[in-house]
Amino acid sequence: MTGVGKGRLGWIGLGVVVLLAALMPLLVSDFFLSVILTKTLWLGVAAASLIFLAAYGGMVSLAQVGIYAVAGMTFANLVAADGGHAAAWSPWLAALAALVVATVVGLGFGAISARSEGIYFLMITLAFSVLVFYFFSQVTELSGFGGINNVDLPGILGNPSQDPVPLFYITLVVSVLVFLALRGISRTPFGLALQGVRDEPARMRALGFDVTRHRMLAFGFAALIAALAGVLSVWYNRRISPGSIGLAQTIDVLIIAVIGGLYRLEGAWVGALTYALIDNYSREYTPSIGDVLGPGRFNTVIGVIFLVIVLASPGGLVGLWENVKERLGRGRGERGSPQSGTAGHEGGPAPGTVQ
Amino acid sequence: MPETVDPPEGGAPKSGDAAPQVTTTGVTEAPEVTAQGGTRWTPKRIGIAVVVALLLVWLATKAAGNLRQFAVVSLNGITLAALYFVVASGFTLIFGLMRVVNMAHGSLYLLGGYLALKLQESWFEEDAGLNLSLSGTSDAEYGLLGWIVPVIVATAIIGVVGVIMQQVFLRWNQGQELRQALITIALSVIIADQMLAAFGGISQRISPPTAWPTSILLPGDVRFGFFRGVVVLSAALLIAVGLWYVIKRTRFGKIVRAGVDDRDMVAALGINVQLVFAGAFLIGAMLAGFGGVLGGSMISLQPGEDTAFLLNSLIVVIIGGMGSLGGAAIGALALGLVDSYADVYLVFGDTDLTNYSILVTFALLVAVLAFRPLGLFGRPA
Repeated sequence: MTGVGKGRLGWIGLGVVVLLAALMPLLVSDFFLSVILTKTLWLGVAAASLIFLAAYGGMVSLAQVGIYAVAGMTFANLVAADGGHAAAWSPWLAALAALVVATVVGLGFGAISARSEGIYFLMITLAFSVLVFYFFSQVTELSGFGGINNVDLPGILGNPSQDPVPLFYITLVVSVLVFLALRGISRTPFGLALQGVRDEPARMRALGFDVTRHRMLAFGFAALIAALAGVLSVWYNRRISPGSIGLAQTIDVLIIAVIGGLYRLEGAWVGALTYALIDNYSREYTPSIGDVLGPGRFNTVIGVIFLVIVLASPGGLVGLWENVKERLGRGRGERGSPQSGTAGHEGGPAPGTVQ
Repeated sequence: MPETVDPPEGGAPKSGDAAPQVTTTGVTEAPEVTAQGGTRWTPKRIGIAVVVALLLVWLATKAAGNLRQFAVVSLNGITLAALYFVVASGFTLIFGLMRVVNMAHGSLYLLGGYLALKLQESWFEEDAGLNLSLSGTSDAEYGLLGWIVPVIVATAIIGVVGVIMQQVFLRWNQGQELRQALITIALSVIIADQMLAAFGGISQRISPPTAWPTSILLPGDVRFGFFRGVVVLSAALLIAVGLWYVIKRTRFGKIVRAGVDDRDMVAALGINVQLVFAGAFLIGAMLAGFGGVLGGSMISLQPGEDTAFLLNSLIVVIIGGMGSLGGAAIGALALGLVDSYADVYLVFGDTDLTNYSILVTFALLVAVLAFRPLGLFGRPA
């Protein structure tokens, strides 16, 4: 992943994908655009915040949905809506406030959890996420009874249920910006130090880096990304309820990240697309086997897929693709360089190993 | 400062017991440990002691208003803690020995409860026969056996399920903690969905033996539920003593303790570690299943309880320190008491803040982690 040619290839690839995506409204039905593609994009943003932390910080965080919930709930409470505070702010201002609040909450979470590592970190962040869920389930002044509905949207979006195109383009722009920002930050001195912290915390500490602060700042930055996804999710659904930010959603975002590949940013959107497709079409095509399997058993289907991916390819679909590429390359007689033997991710830890 | 030295019961273990340990190990062996905090009365420690003292004083003023209510709320908290301990001890046992975070622990809990319920209904229902028509709902009567047998069978089945889970999915990727956690998350998603399909979404309860009294009268004219106050509490105490005995006094316990410290060395000594791992998973899963039966008789069984008890177990072991049984007991007690006090006493004049009680749980977690990132009795892996 270091060669100049390969880097340029990456830019061309990104350009082609974005161009294709931008043409999608002309090619597919409104239903597909909204239910599959827009959903893919904002779920991808949520998963990207998780993957960023995992790939560059070595922290697999389950708190991302908790932060996304804080952002979504803040936004829904600040604009005109049915339920909640319905403060009737301007949607743009409310979105900004939601991002700020969620980022601050994220920095707080980061400050508490940044001293923990590996599996402890996973558990603590899971506890955060579930606590946020219980908080909003209990405090009905903030979450309405059964959720906040008919949330006011920025005027530019029009009415997404009639014309999904503006929302699609906004989500696409946000996704591209998020991708570029996360890629960019990994090359700044901060990003490089963060990767050092991921691989050798003790050495980095000895070199004078503040390990905890790097982790915390990375967490805060990921919180901003998660907050973007939270606001987008409210724009997409026009509603938010405690049920939509529970453990199920936390695990869904994790599943998306793992399906795509925990150690590559683009995996976020690959996983999200896979998830959205399965989510939508598995109900039609799942055969009914008694109570065990059937149209209502989506979670079983996605759970089994998740299980198979974790068992078979810890690098997810992106990792699988790279393995295949590598095998083919070797088959053609090219000498596999030692670097490409480590599944080729940008300095990410070998799949499945966590310190 | 005579006042701050006396009241901080919660703060005492941190400053009194643990602090000297940190100095000895910190200076001689592991310099990283000292990064966790000083050893003397730093401003941080004095601060937390003052906060704890203030909280206790506040609790005392609330309690003085209605002592009988305070007794019931405290008992509620303690019995809740007993249930949390039963479930979390299995979780912490598995983690301590194998470094496996079993995210399906809550699922095993709920599955145990449902199994016992179904066994009770299908094996012992006809004992009641005639009563069914009276109110339509479960008015069935059950003898002592109608509760004990389902408990034993369900607990045993869950133990076997746990061992199968470990052997099929976790044995071959030992040491890959994250992957194992992800595998158990996947399993928990599947199990939860299958339970929803098989047992439905309504809240159900396991019936305790009809012969047992519903409540008992304690000194001071306090009434408290018999099952909750006597059965659950004594079961938890028995388990605590039993686990303590097994871990401290038996050969198996010795191996487990040695394995917690250094698995590779234990294996090198010729001990069949795989067998010990399977045994630990058996016990850990059985504790989850048994907890499910207790919880199903004491509270209820419904989808979502698996999440709730996974969260409870997580918080208990995060507070107490992963892998420590004593920590699990302290963590469970802290969580249970804080939960039940916050549910009742967060009323200030006319403003009722009991809705926000979850924030108190969160504050407890934060307070512990701020001072001991590995929990009260946690040790670096």
